[in-house]
Amino acid sequence: MTATQPKAPRDREAWAHPVERLATTATSTGIDTVTGRRVAGPVQGFGQMWQKTFSVRLVGADVGPEDLIAHWKDRFQTFWPKGSTFYAPLSGIKPGEVALMDVQAVPGAPLRMSTGVMVIYADQESFTFMTPEGHGLSAWITFSASRDGDSTVAQVQALERTADPFIELTYMLGANRMNDRFWVRTLENLARSVGVLEPDVQAQKVCVDRRRQWRYVRNLRFSAAFLMSVGMITAPARWLRRRSAPPAGGKG
Amino acid sequence: MMTEGTRVDVRTTEAADASLLRIEGEITSASEKPLMDAYALASERGAKAIILDFGGLDYMNSGGIGLLVTLLVRVQRGGQRLLAVGLNEHYRQILSLTRLDEAIAIHDTTEAALAAAG
Repeated sequence: MTATQPKAPRDREAWAHPVERLATTATSTGIDTVTGRRVAGPVQGFGQMWQKTFSVRLVGADVGPEDLIAHWKDRFQTFWPKGSTFYAPLSGIKPGEVALMDVQAVPGAPLRMSTGVMVIYADQESFTFMTPEGHGLSAWITFSASRDGDSTVAQVQALERTADPFIELTYMLGANRMNDRFWVRTLENLARSVGVLEPDVQAQKVCVDRRRQWRYVRNLRFSAAFLMSVGMITAPARWLRRRSAPPAGGKG
Repeated sequence: MMTEGTRVDVRTTEAADASLLRIEGEITSASEKPLMDAYALASERGAKAIILDFGGLDYMNSGGIGLLVTLLVRVQRGGQRLLAVGLNEHYRQILSLTRLDEAIAIHDTTEAALAAAG
């Protein structure tokens, strides 16, 4: 009598495999701050945990959920708002691939930083990114499409904590709302690309956990935004020190 | 507690301050009600440890992983512990990939989980 083989999980092909350290095939114009880092999700973040859901009903657009997701994956970088750049991996948005990006280090500030994301899940109707150490957020961000009545609804849902106290402070000072606007603009751009002239993006934001995880203060050591800010703040003092230092050598 | 695709059975173990939540079917974002209702019932019964038994799981997408984090937050807020058993290699890898295994203790058997929870 043959032993019954356990059924293979239906989601097997959609998930990436665990990796110790990230590596990417994407190329960007900025510094690669992702290679060699680990992924870091909401469990590893410092700040309060937020669940943010942005959705847009594609009224009048003749596109089903699977076609929309294929379109979104194929042209992902073109829907990002101006000021941020997404560098897709060579083989596209697939489980296990790592993309690079140049974004505003603090939403609304002129400081830009290079970071990336790993595609941890992708199927015909959704795909999910996970952030690396050094990103301003420790997050999972899921892009999905579903049918609701006679329209397709596109959605971005983020489960996030800020990665470190520096970014958490900026979030408390307004960067949280600016981050929301980024995803609203992204969905508006996506909707216009399929012919929706006046997209109406709905947003819902819930603080899932008001506690901050102080044991992850140490994430500051990865924070490109924090290190760049410290560099900018101390630049005048370093310049003055160089100016007042005695010249090398002397008259003979 | 069930919804189309997800069933969660709550069993209070012989160690009365632990509850075993056996998950059958799938975990997606649509599984929130059955999972949270099962957790609420376990908490009402005084469980200090919640052991998720994934032995009957045959599908989980990234929405399901997000749901586990939401459950984790509630468990931690309740001063309880969250443990897991019944994970096959595929789902162990997913918990490793998402680094959820740093917050949810994974054990090979229910007995081992109960011993750890005690």
